[in-house]
Amino acid sequence: MNSISVRALLVRGMLAGLAAGALALVVAYFLGESQVDAAIALEAAHHHDHGGGEELVSRTMQATGGLATGILVFGVAVGGIAALVFCYALGRIGAFGPRATAALVAGAALLTVYVVPFLKYPANPPAVGDPGTIGRRTALFFLLVVLSVLLAVAAVILGRRLAPRLGNWNASIAGFAGFVLVIGVAYAFLPSFNEVGKDFPATLLWQFRLSTLAIQATLWAGFGLVFGYLAERLLEPGAGRPATGNSGVTSPAERAMR
Amino acid sequence: MAQSAATTTAVPAITPISLRTLAPWAAFFGILMLVLLYFAGAEQGAISVIAGEGVHEWVHDGRHLLGFPCH
Repeated sequence: MNSISVRALLVRGMLAGLAAGALALVVAYFLGESQVDAAIALEAAHHHDHGGGEELVSRTMQATGGLATGILVFGVAVGGIAALVFCYALGRIGAFGPRATAALVAGAALLTVYVVPFLKYPANPPAVGDPGTIGRRTALFFLLVVLSVLLAVAAVILGRRLAPRLGNWNASIAGFAGFVLVIGVAYAFLPSFNEVGKDFPATLLWQFRLSTLAIQATLWAGFGLVFGYLAERLLEPGAGRPATGNSGVTSPAERAMR
Repeated sequence: MAQSAATTTAVPAITPISLRTLAPWAAFFGILMLVLLYFAGAEQGAISVIAGEGVHEWVHDGRHLLGFPCH
């Protein structure tokens, strides 16, 4: 029974991720592409190996098919992982129903997988970034993603431990404060990179970075809402999950509360 | 008032999905999804499994706009 719901949730997570990816793709295409183009134009005007002579993939393909591939694959993959996290979190992080749990998982994912690494190692448009440091930058970026996810897990565990003594509200604050504190220490000790060329327009850089944030926010908001809806429909209407099986208490009134 | 009503109606606790049922799914699909993420986000950047630049160039814009270190 449980195994079926894991599979069903995983499938729904990947579908919700695909839908969220499609939403994010719209934002990326209309908001982000013009900045990528502008940055590439600057890059071409200067020097550089990219975009010179023979093109492996044309700009048009990169901006349409390539962009769609990247974002949709990302959506499906993070949707699947988030669904697995949801399966574990459901019923373990407090008295949250499926929809609220989905929203919390999506919010936590946006924060830990994107916002926290972004504040230290923000996204760079083409023409920014020294190819010589790509190895270190990639390693540190993913290190910070992993660190941030692990710390968030630790913060939730801490919060759950403290909840009986401090109450849910204060325990959540304590967990979150601990997370911020340790992330702050990590920010202070991890090396920084400033590889923005002197003549790279600040406005373009700012707009590009803001766009990447908008894309991620769209993706995770879309995922949280769509997956929450699908999970609620799967788990709530007495569809054969043990949770709802333990009486007819799951009344419309109770469902409305979630 | 609404809040106290909510707490006394007491949401019937959701039975968590047991770790034993979740683990095989998490291990198999977790790794599969991470491989997908690797190809979308990092292949032919710092390290390459497939030689050349094709994958990198194809998902180039996606990588930049998703915030991955690209080049």
